[in-house]
Amino acid sequence: MTARITSTVYTSHVPAIGAAMDHGKTDEPYWAPLFEGYEPSRAWMADNTPDVIVLVYNDHATAFSLDIIPTFAIGTAAHFPVADEGWGPRPVPDVVGAPELASHIAQSVIQQDFDLTIVNRLPVDHGLTVPLSLLFGQPDAWPCPVIPIAVNVVQYPVPSGRRCLELGKAIRRALSSYDDDLNVQVWGTGGMSHQLQGMRAGLINRDFDSEFLDRLVADPEGLADMPHIEYVREAGSEGIELVMWLIARGAMADLAGEGPAPEVVHRFQHVPASNTSVGHLVLREPA
Amino acid sequence: MGLDKPYLDIPGTTIFDTEQARRGYSLNQFCMSLMDAANRERFKADERAYLDEWDMTEEQKQGVLDRDLNALIATGGNIYFLAKIGATDGSSFQQMAGSMTGMSEDDYRAMMVAGGRSVEGNRYLHEWDGAAAEAEAAASQEAQR
Repeated sequence: MTARITSTVYTSHVPAIGAAMDHGKTDEPYWAPLFEGYEPSRAWMADNTPDVIVLVYNDHATAFSLDIIPTFAIGTAAHFPVADEGWGPRPVPDVVGAPELASHIAQSVIQQDFDLTIVNRLPVDHGLTVPLSLLFGQPDAWPCPVIPIAVNVVQYPVPSGRRCLELGKAIRRALSSYDDDLNVQVWGTGGMSHQLQGMRAGLINRDFDSEFLDRLVADPEGLADMPHIEYVREAGSEGIELVMWLIARGAMADLAGEGPAPEVVHRFQHVPASNTSVGHLVLREPA
Repeated sequence: MGLDKPYLDIPGTTIFDTEQARRGYSLNQFCMSLMDAANRERFKADERAYLDEWDMTEEQKQGVLDRDLNALIATGGNIYFLAKIGATDGSSFQQMAGSMTGMSEDDYRAMMVAGGRSVEGNRYLHEWDGAAAEAEAAASQEAQR
C-alpha cells in the first residue's frame, strides 16, 4: 500500500477567527454563526482524522520577509513553532511535521519540474494554524503531523491557477510512490473574497465566492484557467489567495483519471469575519 | 514593449508587484523589524530616530509617523508588512483596512457586517471617475442655484 489521499479540505484562514477562539469569543453573536458552520466538519473530522495533512497556506510576512520570496515552499522539518506575528504567538500547540514523507514529496515533485524551495526553519503563522483550529478546536496537541506547503500570494505575480492545479496533481503522484499505508488529506486555505488595502478595502463578492465553490467541485480544470486579473477585480486584491485551493483540488482522483468526481461532505459560507468572506468545503473520495 | 499590468485599471487598489516591492523594500523590511520586541521598544521610544536608521525616503518615514497607510501603500508598502506597525500600536486588521477607506471605524465595521463593499461600481477606474464627475456636477449645479 502507498500513501493515499482520502479527502480534501478548504477554508479561509482569517486571523480574527483565531483570535476569537483564543479569547473565548466563539459564542458571541458576531462569531457564533461562523463557528456553527464548522461544527459538521469538526464532527466528521473526529471520525476521519488523517495520518498526515499536507496543508497549503501562505505566509503573511512572518517567516518570509522581502529577503527571500519562494513561489512554492515545502516544510520538511520535524517541528514548526507557532510564530509571533506581532500580537504574541497564538496559544495553540506547535506543529509536528512529517520529515520523511515531506522529503519524499520534495524529491518527487522537484523531479516533476516544480521548483519547490525546501524549508527546515519555518515558524508558522495564522495562515496555517487558523485552519487547524477551525477543524480540530483547541486540543493540547494537533491530532496528526502536518506538512506545510507555503505559496507566495503576497508579491505579484503569484503562481497561476493552472500551475497550482498541476502542482496538486504532482503531489498526488508523489504520494502514490510512497511505500507506507498512510491516509492523507490535502488542505487548501485562504480567501475567499477580501481586500485589505486602499479605498476599495472591504470588498466582498459573495456571488463570485459561491461560483468559485461550485466550479472547484464540478469544473476545476476550467476554473484553473481563470486569470489573476479576474480574482483581483472580482474578489479583491487579497482574494487572489484562492489559487491555493486549486492545489488541494488538483490532488484528487478524478483529475488523475483514477476515480469518479468527489463527494461534498460539507459546504459553508459566511460573511463577514473581520474584512473577509469565509468559505469552507470538505470533499471526499467516494468509498 | 513593457510588462502587461491590467490591474492598473482597478480603482482604489495597488497591486504589490515587483516594481512596488522594489520601491518599498526598505520600508517593508523596517516593518518586519518590528516583529522583534526589543525593536518595538526602541521604535516606540523615538520613532524618528529609529526610522532614520533605515534607507527609506522622507515620504515613507513621514507616512509611518502619520500612520498614513494609503501613502505607505503608494510608496511600496504591503499591507502584511504594514500590519507590523498596527501590531505595535495595538490596531487590528479591521482598523487598519478601514483607515484607508476614508470611513470611520464604526461605519467601516457596519459596512462589513452588512455584507461588505459591493463589487458593483468598483471594478474599473472609469466607474469611479464617473461617480466623482457626477458628484462634482451635482455640487456645481447646487452652487449655481
